[in-house]
Amino acid sequence: MSFFDTANLATAHEIISRYPKPKSATIPLLHLAQQQHGWVSDDAMREIAQLTGTTPAEVKGTGSFYEMFKFHPVGKYMVNVCTNLSCQILGGEELLAHAEETLGVKAGGTTADGMFTLEDVECIAACTEAPCLQVNYRYKLRVGNDDFDQMIDDIRNGRADDLPEHGTLALVRQAIPAGTGAGITAPENAREAPVWMARNDVAEGSDDKDGGA
Amino acid sequence: MSRADEAETVNVTVNGAEIEASPGELLIDACERAGAYIPRFCYHSRMKPVGMCRMCLVEVDTGRGAALQPSCMLPVSDGMTVETETDLTKKAQDGVLEFLLVNHPLDCPVCDKGGECPLQDQTVAFGPGESRFVEEKRHYEKPIAISDTVYLDRERCILCDRCTRFANDVAGDTLIHFMDRGNNTQVNTFPDEPFASYFSGNTVQICPVGALTAKPYRFKARPWDLEETISTAWTDSVGSRITVQSSRNEVLRLLGVDADSVNWGWLSDKERFAFEALNSEDRLGRPLVRDDDHQLVATGWGDALDRAVAALQGAAPERIAMIGGARLTNESQYAWAKLAKGVLRTDNVDSQLGDGLPVEAVLGLPRATIDDACRPGGTIILMGPDPKEELGALYLRLRHAVLEDGATLIEITPRAGGLTGLASHSLHPRPGELPALTAALVAAVNGEAVDTAGVGGGVIAAAAAALDGPVTVVLGRASLAETGESVADAAVNLSRLDDVSFLSALRRGNIHGALDAGLSPGLLPGRTTLSAGSERVGEVWPGLPESDGLDTAGILAASAEGDIDVLIVLGADPINDFVDHAAAVAGLEAAGTVIAVDLVRNDSIEAAAHIVFAAAGPTESSGTFTNLEGRVSVCEQKVTPPGTARPDWMLATELAHRLGADLGLDSPESIRAELVSVSPVHHNLIEEALAVGRIDGVLVEGNGDIAAPVSTTADVPSNDAYSLRLVSTRSMYDDGVALRHSASSRGLARGLDVRLSPTEFDKLGVKPGTIVKVESSCGQLLAPAFADSSLPAGSAHVPWSAAGSPAGSLIDAGAPFIDVRVERA
Repeated sequence: MSFFDTANLATAHEIISRYPKPKSATIPLLHLAQQQHGWVSDDAMREIAQLTGTTPAEVKGTGSFYEMFKFHPVGKYMVNVCTNLSCQILGGEELLAHAEETLGVKAGGTTADGMFTLEDVECIAACTEAPCLQVNYRYKLRVGNDDFDQMIDDIRNGRADDLPEHGTLALVRQAIPAGTGAGITAPENAREAPVWMARNDVAEGSDDKDGGA
Repeated sequence: MSRADEAETVNVTVNGAEIEASPGELLIDACERAGAYIPRFCYHSRMKPVGMCRMCLVEVDTGRGAALQPSCMLPVSDGMTVETETDLTKKAQDGVLEFLLVNHPLDCPVCDKGGECPLQDQTVAFGPGESRFVEEKRHYEKPIAISDTVYLDRERCILCDRCTRFANDVAGDTLIHFMDRGNNTQVNTFPDEPFASYFSGNTVQICPVGALTAKPYRFKARPWDLEETISTAWTDSVGSRITVQSSRNEVLRLLGVDADSVNWGWLSDKERFAFEALNSEDRLGRPLVRDDDHQLVATGWGDALDRAVAALQGAAPERIAMIGGARLTNESQYAWAKLAKGVLRTDNVDSQLGDGLPVEAVLGLPRATIDDACRPGGTIILMGPDPKEELGALYLRLRHAVLEDGATLIEITPRAGGLTGLASHSLHPRPGELPALTAALVAAVNGEAVDTAGVGGGVIAAAAAALDGPVTVVLGRASLAETGESVADAAVNLSRLDDVSFLSALRRGNIHGALDAGLSPGLLPGRTTLSAGSERVGEVWPGLPESDGLDTAGILAASAEGDIDVLIVLGADPINDFVDHAAAVAGLEAAGTVIAVDLVRNDSIEAAAHIVFAAAGPTESSGTFTNLEGRVSVCEQKVTPPGTARPDWMLATELAHRLGADLGLDSPESIRAELVSVSPVHHNLIEEALAVGRIDGVLVEGNGDIAAPVSTTADVPSNDAYSLRLVSTRSMYDDGVALRHSASSRGLARGLDVRLSPTEFDKLGVKPGTIVKVESSCGQLLAPAFADSSLPAGSAHVPWSAAGSPAGSLIDAGAPFIDVRVERA
């Protein structure tokens, strides 16, 4: 009755083993849950709490700080249309209105077939390419109304191989073989200065009065 | 590190005046000591600072020029100059308040906090006179119940992090948390997981606005209508200091008082909310007697007292017995002890209901205070009940000691409990084998460790190696299915450790006061025995018992044999509370006359009492309370008792008078004076000391004439392959009389279940939650079964505290262990 499937449960344990304290794995595990399920369900958070030795309230409190974790069902494709200044000047708001019309939902809504969630977002840092949007956090630049319709059509008809489903953050998962991590000594148990500190000669005993600044 | 950090004190200039502060002290505290109170919302002296609210901004100059800094996050440093009342500081505080009020609703007229609200008060004192905010405020659903007793109104919340810090840092129940962010940040629980913490009421007390309110107090009174007095919480033996607040002669609220040596301002919800029972409709306001139709009917005091006197006059001393007394104040206990032992001359007197320890283990070993147990660098051996379940405020102190002060915790308990996550070593021996395990632990300090009582030698060796610094044993009866003698034997073993002392964890209200008053077979007031204290006490008392009497188990057994003519039940409910249910019923029913003294009708009264005296409750009479350290603190009367109910001590003097004896006790003060005169250990319990120790009480130290216990129990045979050894523990919310009559706590009693070690559970071959039959030689019950990996192999756990205390039907009082069979129903 666990939330994570067998492969992801193994990944979860591997992630937890990277940290001195299991609690540190909360955010990576929330990503993992979202990758598996498309959004973070209550069951997922209960299981993460169990795996990290915290409480579900703690997991939700931590996760809900971050906009990109979704705690309610969202479409397979999250369409974020920017309406900040540069995009606004070059037609971002019109693009959003068009998107609402095309998809038949208001900003914040999800299409009935569960394919698309439309969001109105703040600057996504592509001002030179305005108006722009993201689909599952992949950029689409200088998007006109026709481009938008074409894009939706492509996605609906399976011609969008470059777009992973919502929740997938990286197609290549970082793999750190056991024993080769940076070291899992808890800070309070550390007996010597971390490598970076020793390297920069700022560890205890250093006479560098400027602190290397 | 500058030199100032190593100095003993640092000098700080506050508003032009130089003051001394200790290094590491927070500026906000140093300023307050110097008389410059800095407003604050999030800072609380018993929790780590977070700097959330920014209200405590003051101008601080450490040599680089003055700048605004939050004084709750800033430790003092030498030469620091602080200005708390400059125009810049005032402007900053005014601005912070304006921001805090941006989303705060203007519902003060209907808010429970109105009139005692730090936000309201500080807005008046430091804030803008009027609001510039014309926009729509944030809206949330008005109060949501985050637990059975606590309501949360998120609109009023100023996000100070006090409740969430308390839940996580102090109580360890991280069930509330900040959710979402920015303008939408709110405190909330996880869906379907309420804030079911035993300590939830504290968040209401420390909330600086009206965001958290407690169900029992909602819309009951305004602060300016309340009168208050200091008192001591009575539902467990920690003796947490409280403020009792009442209006129109009704107690409406209890608040924790920050007694540095006891509860630090915290209370368990049971201590905080169980006062409701005193206001319940079932309170006894008049005496009752059983009429010819066997119904209890109200009568006058003269009639009730005459009947009691008639019964007592005809009875020989050894045919009179008295059980209970832990509910009473020290003074009432002394008066009843004097009546029973001095006037009636019976020693069949026991305030423990078969669930405690031999008095030698409580009074005869080197005693520790809570502060001793919590010493930084010390070791705590928990060999007793789960403090989280039975001694809430002590749990919080121990938790703090382990987490923040580096104390080491070693647990010797029948199963995992509230502190297990913090214990460096958890030893769960087989039931009944505590003495063997402790002997092995002591032997392992300087020698080899061998597998003992189901605990591996390696585990024992590791625990022995972890013993460091002064050792405090928190000593009590963890499982009611083992005997107190077995725990006492284990304590004797542990007393051989170096620098060891013992903190009693007997849980029942004022039980330590009862033992000090001599309400135990063979004891006299002042921690002395019938033989050692007879001369001293005999000078003042009209007489003394001739020989040692029976304990509760003995009294009930004798009564069942028809050997007890008069049984006085002093604020106790043996049918629900004595470990052996059948023995309690048989004893009560066979007693010639049962005289009960109580606050409400309980099952024992309904079943067996012939005469019931209506007594005054803890907020209705004055006196003192002795906590598990031996600390005596005052309980002051705040309201009048219902009807014609009388303080317990007055009943004792009245009965004595009608029996032709004068107790010579006419006020709580006169009783204390007599106690001091007969008891050398109470020598410091003088009125002046009680006045000085109004908050922290007066510690009554020493063992008196009580010697350390001697080992008594024999080796425990192992159980056969078909049976499991029983563990039965209490929980915070039981089905006791006080909780049954508290509206807001009534529904919290836990359900009945049986837990087995995983191997045994697998052997049973049922799904978790399947109803199974548990059978001992005395009785049986049906309960859903679950696995519990913390239980030692070969044992089964049944909670004592489920409704009706069904575990009592399995337990045979006095048996060193109880074997049960668990079968598919």
